[in-house]
Amino acid sequence: MAVLEGAVRAEADAIVARYPKGRERSAIMPLLYLVQSIDGWITRDGLRDVAELLGLTTAEVEAVATFYTMYRLRPTGTHLVNICTNLACKLRGAQDVVDAAHAAAGMDHGQEISEDGLLTLHEEECLGVCDFAPAVQIDFMNHDHVTPERMRELIASLRRGEVPTPARGPAVGSFKAASRVLAGLEAEEAAS
Amino acid sequence: VTLGFEPRLTRNWDDPSVIGLDGYLAKDGYAGLRAALAMTPADIVETVKASGLRGRGGAGFPTGMKWGFVPMDTGKPTYVVVNFDESEPGTCNNRELVEREPHRLLEGTAISALAIGCTTAFIYIRGEYLWQSLVLQRALDEAYANGYLGEDVAGSGTRLDIVLHRGAGAYICGEETALLNSLEGLRGQPRLRPPFPAVEGLYASPTVINNVETLMNVPDILVRGSDWFRELGTEKSPGTKMVTVSGKVERPGNYEIALGTPFRVVLEELAGGVLDGRALKAWTPGGSSTPILTADHVDVGIDYESLAAAGSMLGTAAIMVLDETDCVVDCAARMVEFYAHESCGKCTPCREGSWWATRVLNRIEDGLGRPEDVPLMTEMGTNLLFKAFCALADGTASVINATLAHFPDEYEAHVRLGACPLRVAHAEVPV
Repeated sequence: MAVLEGAVRAEADAIVARYPKGRERSAIMPLLYLVQSIDGWITRDGLRDVAELLGLTTAEVEAVATFYTMYRLRPTGTHLVNICTNLACKLRGAQDVVDAAHAAAGMDHGQEISEDGLLTLHEEECLGVCDFAPAVQIDFMNHDHVTPERMRELIASLRRGEVPTPARGPAVGSFKAASRVLAGLEAEEAAS
Repeated sequence: VTLGFEPRLTRNWDDPSVIGLDGYLAKDGYAGLRAALAMTPADIVETVKASGLRGRGGAGFPTGMKWGFVPMDTGKPTYVVVNFDESEPGTCNNRELVEREPHRLLEGTAISALAIGCTTAFIYIRGEYLWQSLVLQRALDEAYANGYLGEDVAGSGTRLDIVLHRGAGAYICGEETALLNSLEGLRGQPRLRPPFPAVEGLYASPTVINNVETLMNVPDILVRGSDWFRELGTEKSPGTKMVTVSGKVERPGNYEIALGTPFRVVLEELAGGVLDGRALKAWTPGGSSTPILTADHVDVGIDYESLAAAGSMLGTAAIMVLDETDCVVDCAARMVEFYAHESCGKCTPCREGSWWATRVLNRIEDGLGRPEDVPLMTEMGTNLLFKAFCALADGTASVINATLAHFPDEYEAHVRLGACPLRVAHAEVPV
């Protein structure tokens, strides 16, 4: 195995053990997050490793990985910035926030990753924080009531190497770190 | 904030300590679980049935009846699956309920597990709720460490494990059979019913799937009784309901109301009225999938029956408010774009219809609509409604059909003017 090896293999086995015996396939989703936490996106090697671990074909694992938008299928920035543009956020000015983010990051609309590899910007569907619209997530942690000005500050902060403190909960250091939390690992450390 | 009644689901929201086990126990936490442990599964089901509690996730199915459908003698394990994939646009009450009081969800889950003889339950939380997954995991760890979960639940000799499973960004997984497929490690596409999940759900075993808010109502029902539960709400919609108010209001937020409370009261007294004193134009009563209503419907009660009678649905009680400066076509285009993005691709009417509808709606909004585009939208709405495997396409159809029904002149004006009349009229108004 190229990704799920060494100490990571033990973590992968622990993930599989969360599910009932004979139902190991249920571990695909957290295992894909584990791959993403190491490689920064869902690599071919990662797909093969998950398949091998679960006794599935790579195609079966890829079918799952390609269905869900939180698995990144291409190289992704150190930080993933998600901007909700669904109705509740749109009504409170989300489009201006999107435009501000692209301008501040120096990225064209549709450009997936900044030249320096630091940022990926993504227009997002409803993030479930309509009460604090417009909503932005940096590495899946929330920033509330984000104005264009605040968006520019958030991007500037990331550019300085500082992860801004989210509205609730601790700062999560990167997209890889968030993927590790999503794999259900290090939950306690991150929460404390 | 509640209006004229003792808060139920939100009664501890002013106490940040209830995020932890000690704080929750100090507020009589897990008293419902202790009550349930002294009852037979059949008695738990009967009590919940008598309360009239209905599912809060959208469909409104009676919860006790759902539990009663689960056969416990098939030789297979039974499963409880908590649907915490809260993804309906405009909806975020489950998020706040769990953020503030995670143990109440674990307690409600444990009670439902007792009711159907389940020893392994799953909570399916949407992936974007990263902080909430940390809150829940910490609560789970506390509950295990203190004997409320695990080998010996509260000294009863009963075993219960709860596994937290994180989704990965797919609205369709809120549909319960798609959720089950996702939990089994498959693409999140809906399953054919029958068999219903109560008979063959997770791992082809009898399964109950409940919404977060539904389960968080259950502990109090066991402690205080079904008659107490019925003291608020209406006869057919008993209890309280969390509503999320967002969009053009002064105070967006999650509020607990007695079912049956008129929308006018929610808008004016809880949400502080329409933003900047503008006039109300339209509102979704239960998320973007529920047919939009207008200023003519302000006195409709927020409950299952009243909203159905008004031609819409309670759904998730996610109220998104549009004011007089908002364009209905523009909003419809954005809502339909969501369904195009989230269609799982299984059924042609949904996959193709939502994509084409988005294009035509954007064309109309951008002033490029042709006279035949408005009847074309009517035809598309008809071809989408009840034509697909699950209700996702019906959500698409609802947006199209309801906006056309209530605002036909606005559609026509776009085509006639070759521009969005709202953009023309309110170009000077910053939104």
